[in-house]
Amino acid sequence: MKFSEKWLREFVNPSIDSETLIHQLTMAGLEVDGVAPACLEFDGLVVAEVKSVSKHPDANKLHICQVDSGEKDLVTIVCGAANVRKGMRTVLAKVGATLPGKPKLEAVSLKGVTSYGMLCSASEIGLGEDSDGIIELSTDEPIGKLLKDVIDINDNIIEISLTPNRGDCLSISGIAREVAVFNHIDLTTPKIEAVDVSSKASRQVKLSAEKGCPRYVGRVIENVNANVKTPIWLSEKLRRSGIRSINVIVDISNFVMLELGQPMHAFDNDRLKGDIEVRYPKNSEKIKLLDELEHQIKPDTLLIADNTGPLAMAGLMGGFDSAVTPESKNIFLESAFFTPEIIIGEARQYGMHTDSSHRFERGVDPELQKIAIERASGLIIQICGGQAGPVIEKISEENIPRNDQVILRKSQIKRVLGIDLDEQFVTDTFIKLGMECNYNNNQWVVVPPSHRFDIKIEVDLIEELARIYSYDAISVATPSNHLKIRTPNRNHQSVKHIREILVNSDYQEVITYSFVDPNLHKLLNNVYKNLVLANPIAPELSDMRTSLLPGLLNSLQYNIKRQQERVRLFETGLVFKGNEDLKQEDHVGGLVYGNVYEKQWDKQDILCDFYDFKCDIETILYSMIESERIVFKASQSEMLHPGQAVDVLIDGNETGYFGQLHPKICSSLDLSNNVYLFEFKVEYLNKKDVVKYQPISRFPSIKRDIAVLIDETIPLAEVTSSVKNDATNLLTNLELFDVYQGEGIEKGKKSLALGLTFQATSSTLKDEEVETIMGSVIDGLHNKFGAKLRE
Amino acid sequence: MNDTEKLQAQALSEIESATDLNHLDQVRVNYLGKKGQLTQQLKQLGKLPAEERPQAGQIINLAKVAVQEAIESRKVALEDERLNEQIKQGRLDITLPGRGNKRAGLHPITLTLQRIESLFQQIGFDIVEGPEVEDDYHNFEALNIPAHHPARAMHDTFYFPDGRLLRTHTSSVQIRIMQKDEPPFRFIAPGRVYRCDSDMTHTPMFHQVEGLIVDETVTFAELKGLLIDFLEIFFEKELKTRFRPSYFPFTEPSAEVDIMGERGWLEILGCGMVHPNVLKNVGIDPEKYTGLAFGMGVERLAMLYYGVDDLRLFFDNDLRFLEQFH
Repeated sequence: MKFSEKWLREFVNPSIDSETLIHQLTMAGLEVDGVAPACLEFDGLVVAEVKSVSKHPDANKLHICQVDSGEKDLVTIVCGAANVRKGMRTVLAKVGATLPGKPKLEAVSLKGVTSYGMLCSASEIGLGEDSDGIIELSTDEPIGKLLKDVIDINDNIIEISLTPNRGDCLSISGIAREVAVFNHIDLTTPKIEAVDVSSKASRQVKLSAEKGCPRYVGRVIENVNANVKTPIWLSEKLRRSGIRSINVIVDISNFVMLELGQPMHAFDNDRLKGDIEVRYPKNSEKIKLLDELEHQIKPDTLLIADNTGPLAMAGLMGGFDSAVTPESKNIFLESAFFTPEIIIGEARQYGMHTDSSHRFERGVDPELQKIAIERASGLIIQICGGQAGPVIEKISEENIPRNDQVILRKSQIKRVLGIDLDEQFVTDTFIKLGMECNYNNNQWVVVPPSHRFDIKIEVDLIEELARIYSYDAISVATPSNHLKIRTPNRNHQSVKHIREILVNSDYQEVITYSFVDPNLHKLLNNVYKNLVLANPIAPELSDMRTSLLPGLLNSLQYNIKRQQERVRLFETGLVFKGNEDLKQEDHVGGLVYGNVYEKQWDKQDILCDFYDFKCDIETILYSMIESERIVFKASQSEMLHPGQAVDVLIDGNETGYFGQLHPKICSSLDLSNNVYLFEFKVEYLNKKDVVKYQPISRFPSIKRDIAVLIDETIPLAEVTSSVKNDATNLLTNLELFDVYQGEGIEKGKKSLALGLTFQATSSTLKDEEVETIMGSVIDGLHNKFGAKLRE
Repeated sequence: MNDTEKLQAQALSEIESATDLNHLDQVRVNYLGKKGQLTQQLKQLGKLPAEERPQAGQIINLAKVAVQEAIESRKVALEDERLNEQIKQGRLDITLPGRGNKRAGLHPITLTLQRIESLFQQIGFDIVEGPEVEDDYHNFEALNIPAHHPARAMHDTFYFPDGRLLRTHTSSVQIRIMQKDEPPFRFIAPGRVYRCDSDMTHTPMFHQVEGLIVDETVTFAELKGLLIDFLEIFFEKELKTRFRPSYFPFTEPSAEVDIMGERGWLEILGCGMVHPNVLKNVGIDPEKYTGLAFGMGVERLAMLYYGVDDLRLFFDNDLRFLEQFH
């Protein structure tokens, strides 16, 4: 909320400068978001009266005016404003004056007539957007008075951002209450008197929705002149509070809202038919609101209606047809209390937010309505004339919120805040905050004032005390007690571990959005019925990811577009599989694109291939899980190259996959090199058994190398499993040290060079033993695969 | 000059002119080997009269020793020469970079998270996690934010058609942990959170760390002490901090913590004493326990710590940005 510092100081005027005041507001919990001077710089503007107006002989829209600026001679001014007329008081900028952002004013000739200055509109002086006609000042303003003395330019616009619990501070008088407490001074709030009732005009009011509207105050004022220009003192206050001037009646009701915090509405009384009723809609009603849009009314919208139908959405916005216009003669003022919950639901349903709903949502003082209507009536009669009818008030007593007493035990202050507060300080603070307060038997019995509807329980009072005492003044302590060693979060630790391995293998971590482009999702053959956001920020960010790949591929494309030729990325995070049966799984995924090595002076530029990539995968997996628990299986995944696709099983559980991105997908993503991808569930990666030490054999080992020729289609894994099977447990290591095809090898065959190491734990192995074993290994290979030893 | 002396002189000269170890070895064999010339002389001693033998033998032996020593010293010299040559050959441009791949890096948000986690772990905070797709109860209701609460409007929540939502803060994790276990509690909950907002200073996803202590004697004074320590150690300098009253439905008293930056106060985190309603909602007796809670935006801390001036950089994943944090 924005407000004028000077306006606040009319209500409470501590002898502190603006900077201190601003700091004080922030530290009171009314955070100051911004401060700006209320007016732009201008100079030499005075109050002047237009003495005569005549038509310019050569220009249709221009007038030649003689203007009295309080000096001996009248000044000739050429003026184009439509509203200029004899006898009006307005703002004159004479030759030599300065308007905001303009050079010094000089005499100019307009179609042959010299103008020795100009009459100003509000926008020309930086007092709002109104450029439609010149400013009209009250005839009470003395001719020749400097404008800066009329509108007090020495003012700041202060913007505070209020937390939702402090609806009581959405007005000048509310903020003033706080300032008074912090400065230990009294309020100087203007006294509001009831206006004389000089008309019998009235209306019946019926509360048919007492929960939503437990108090409705109304009044008819007859014979007003709604066509007068809003006085500058009032429009300036509105402007400095960020509210546009509409017409004098609306301006006055906004003024009262800003001053007291009570949103008000004025109807054109002549457009109302019969009684006023506060009710919920009957079937299928419509209303055209002030925003000039026709709204279909939803069932739980609280309405103000007359005999013919809805007039306004309660607390939110008035109707177009019953609105006050400059032509209105008789008005009906509304000052009501609407229950916050009702208004919140309403505003949200229509996606509307108004100054009025903002206040009702947060709560308005339920005792304020009559005071506000008197204040508005007084201003209307003062500015627009008219006769006030009697105040009409309808109440549903049992639905009006009342503040109950709240008990504060002395011991609780120290328990929550960690410090003791002086009893006198506590009592004084409550009294200054307008609370009824009694201290007895180490406890205070407190009844908050009607505007502090946020205070309901003991800790609410403790917070008030801490606030007034100042948070900064509360001493500092260190937390102690009850330390206990706990089992670390395993998932968290394994993610941390995986990250380290990947970073050490030259994979850069990225963080991408958890919502992805449905098209990319589809392209990757997403098999899940995934969650889709109802209100995404953009259509391409609407699918909850079921895999980390869309985000990774997105980042890849982003970087390729920025001339990166070698990209190695990974990400960890949740993926969201399924819908009703949603599983939120921790995944780690990554991709590789481009050369194996960074460009360097002594390595060739070799594109990364499946086996380069597989080494990274093995590094990750084997550091997390014993290799014998892992099975690599050819994968059927449609997004991977059918010949380079691997499913990874850990203890038989499907843990993830790796391989080459399907060339079709690659080309539809415009990627010119192969992409290798992996993705694993973290869940199965953190179950490595505790190492059980095996004694190291003291006896020498024996090594045998063989080269076997076999069919090229036979996977290595089958060969090694046969070897391991036949080699007994004396085999301590088996390595593949060459795979060869080509010259000297029959077509369709390959040569595998295997190194076998044998060792016994309790004796020195004899050559003969090893020869026997090698014999059965070779026989095994021959029988199973028709393998031959290569000579 | 007798034969032995001649031989010795000849051998020494050959040793002197030997240019490599092979050559030198040949010289050795030639004079000192089994059939070497000096060895032969010794063998022929028998032919001399017995009285001459000792003297002649001594002369030959002296010659052998002299030749042996000359060979040894020549060998050392030649080996030195060879090594020097080898070393000379092995002189490299040591400014050429090392071969192979370098280490990549973690995302700056992860680095910041790890920094935060390690500081709180020092004083016994557990690290806990929770789901990101949440229900209304854990994200709002249990945190004392009933439907229609104005605070909901500040959250710009992402919803799913069935009413589930993306958590708007990590405070939802508080509820899950407190429902499951018994007090005392002392944990932080780091993670992704989501708000339906995207502009210069907002991304629809960001990270928070929520922290909580619930115990029998937790106070606001301790909350202050904890957070001031944390901030000063995190930023590695003495800071001017202030605690100012604020409002969160799930804490009371509530505070925002500001630190003094180069251009004035900067809002850095929110905190407060756990609201009694929240404790009640998870079955903890607020008459027995109090709690402190705090929540910080990780991106904000990372921006200040690393001097990053545009939030969106964190999610562009531009390698030229990320590589700066290696």
